[in-house]
Amino acid sequence: MSLTAGSRPDGTRPAAAVEEPAAALAPKAVPRKHVAGKVPWRIRLRRDRALILMTLPAIGLLLLFNYVPLLGNVVAFQDYDPYASSNGITAIFHSSWVGIEQFSRMLDDPEFWTAVKNTIVLFLLQLVLFFPIPIALALLINSVIRPRVRAVAQAIMYLPHFFSWVLVVTVFQQIFGGAGIIAQTMEQHGWGGFDLMTNASLFKFLVTAQSVWKDAGWGIIVFLAALAAVPTDLYEAAAMDGAGRWRRTWHVTLPALRPVIALLLVLRVGDALSVGFEQFLLQRDAVGRGASEVLDTYVWNVGIQFGDFSYAAAVGLIKGIIGICLVLGANKFAHLLGEQGVYKK
Amino acid sequence: MSLNTQLIRSLQAPPRPAWEEAPSRTGLTVKGGLLVLCCLGVLAPLWIVIVTSLSPKPVIDRAGGLVVVPEGITLVNYTELLGGGQVSRALMVSFGVTLVGTLFSMTVSVLAAYGLSRPGSLGHRVILMTLMATMFFGAGLIPTYLLVQSLGLTDTYLSLILPSAVSVFNILVLRGFFMGISPELTEAARIDGAGDLRILLTIIMPLSRAVLAVISLFYAVGYWSAWFNASIYLTDQQMMPLQNVLIQLVQKHTEAPTGLQQAVRTGELSALGLQMAVMVLALVPVAIASPFVQRHFKKGMLTGAVKG
Repeated sequence: MSLTAGSRPDGTRPAAAVEEPAAALAPKAVPRKHVAGKVPWRIRLRRDRALILMTLPAIGLLLLFNYVPLLGNVVAFQDYDPYASSNGITAIFHSSWVGIEQFSRMLDDPEFWTAVKNTIVLFLLQLVLFFPIPIALALLINSVIRPRVRAVAQAIMYLPHFFSWVLVVTVFQQIFGGAGIIAQTMEQHGWGGFDLMTNASLFKFLVTAQSVWKDAGWGIIVFLAALAAVPTDLYEAAAMDGAGRWRRTWHVTLPALRPVIALLLVLRVGDALSVGFEQFLLQRDAVGRGASEVLDTYVWNVGIQFGDFSYAAAVGLIKGIIGICLVLGANKFAHLLGEQGVYKK
Repeated sequence: MSLNTQLIRSLQAPPRPAWEEAPSRTGLTVKGGLLVLCCLGVLAPLWIVIVTSLSPKPVIDRAGGLVVVPEGITLVNYTELLGGGQVSRALMVSFGVTLVGTLFSMTVSVLAAYGLSRPGSLGHRVILMTLMATMFFGAGLIPTYLLVQSLGLTDTYLSLILPSAVSVFNILVLRGFFMGISPELTEAARIDGAGDLRILLTIIMPLSRAVLAVISLFYAVGYWSAWFNASIYLTDQQMMPLQNVLIQLVQKHTEAPTGLQQAVRTGELSALGLQMAVMVLALVPVAIASPFVQRHFKKGMLTGAVKG
């Protein structure tokens, strides 16, 4: 993802092009004929006013719902009282400032550390147990040459991605839960007491399995696309040199996947603190908070449930800041390994 | 060529290149077995849910819960659920929010994507950065919640649509597709006197049907599956969308939807059958829609995820 995608330097457009916008639309590949002086921004504003107007609704919504709340994070440095004023936003101006008190509270809060621990354990588990599966599945699908079989298998594997977490959790509950089909069958054979859904010690494996069921099939798309881009003559040349099926996979296919794998790993690590939210919120009652509390659900619990907005905002803020650091760090690491990562150097 | 031979051809594998060795029997068996296993892993739970929702109470009771082999198929669960009451209302809410939300999101996104897709327009790089920056940080739950509350959106359907109406990822996918459309076409239209909006509506959009379908599906699935916003911004039970009703039914151990509890208590209806029927209602729209746009997924995901 390059942050400056798809444009040439603006300032060099010829004045003549203003009257004939077709030239202004010429793609990068077509050489510009008259490289003359700079086009004044007034003229460009006039020329592009329709385009700018078109982006305004999206900008407005993002400013309102993504940038304004960013400022709202100041409540993390306050003892925010929502009733200090008639409106939640103006109440910020009437609440008292407490500096970093909310953040020092975090250090002494065992529940916060439980959430941190659960988040990290779940991230590592997902990295080890989830991440390789789409790659393996993509290799499997890619080795099938009948187009019909491929299409059907892909359609089936993509399907769960479009189901809501409510549905996925419910499906699991009906199959693995205390009243579910496995428990019922076991009961009929005389072995009772099977309930995976309320088992706190197995919970982390359960949620990983749910993620795999829901999204592993969807994850293969990117890898399949990368595999389709591998030139066939590489395989042919390798075969000529006597490389068998497995050696070709090792020396041709996997190197072709390397950049994609690196990119997805960086994205995953950057998102390490967001291991999933809905999934945990939906199941925390069943297994108890000790096993299911992650940072996101903790923020929800403290803030929305108990109304301790300042403390919850402080936890959310810390999580966000660490998240950004993780993205930047992971990307840096990808560069060190010679991969492109999310954005270029 | 008759239709039959055409069909047979389409089922046959394309010719194997000369350098590739013929597959071994064991290799084929293992591969086929794995594929079938993966597909069964997805389909089996759905099969059980659907069959159970279609079974009458005695069959469900005898199976000790979930039914695997269909027997005495009946629509009674569905007719009861859809005959007015909590679930019918929730379905209407979900359909309404999905429809309005998707239309709104698509309008905003397509406009923004086109506005950003013309190379060299004034300020497009700054705007693009402003959009993309939001992909790297979120504002956090609490400030967003406070904002939605102070805007007076709580207990309105707008709170289910506006806060998550724009997906920057989707805009980037659309933009990438629009930029790939041959510039000669838009140039010709411009020389004929068409403005930007006209070019978008008459040239770009008809050529982008595939990606428009995929992105619409993404938005629609997002709205259809959402329950969290409703759970924190809505207090009125009458306004709850289908997913939230499903949570109440299955997670919170309410036996049956309001209005049908009496029928369950007197043994006319099976609570489990009703729950499964609600699940099927939540699942069917996406299961029907997604295969239609499936062949376009790869293109859409690629422009967005890898090339950015």
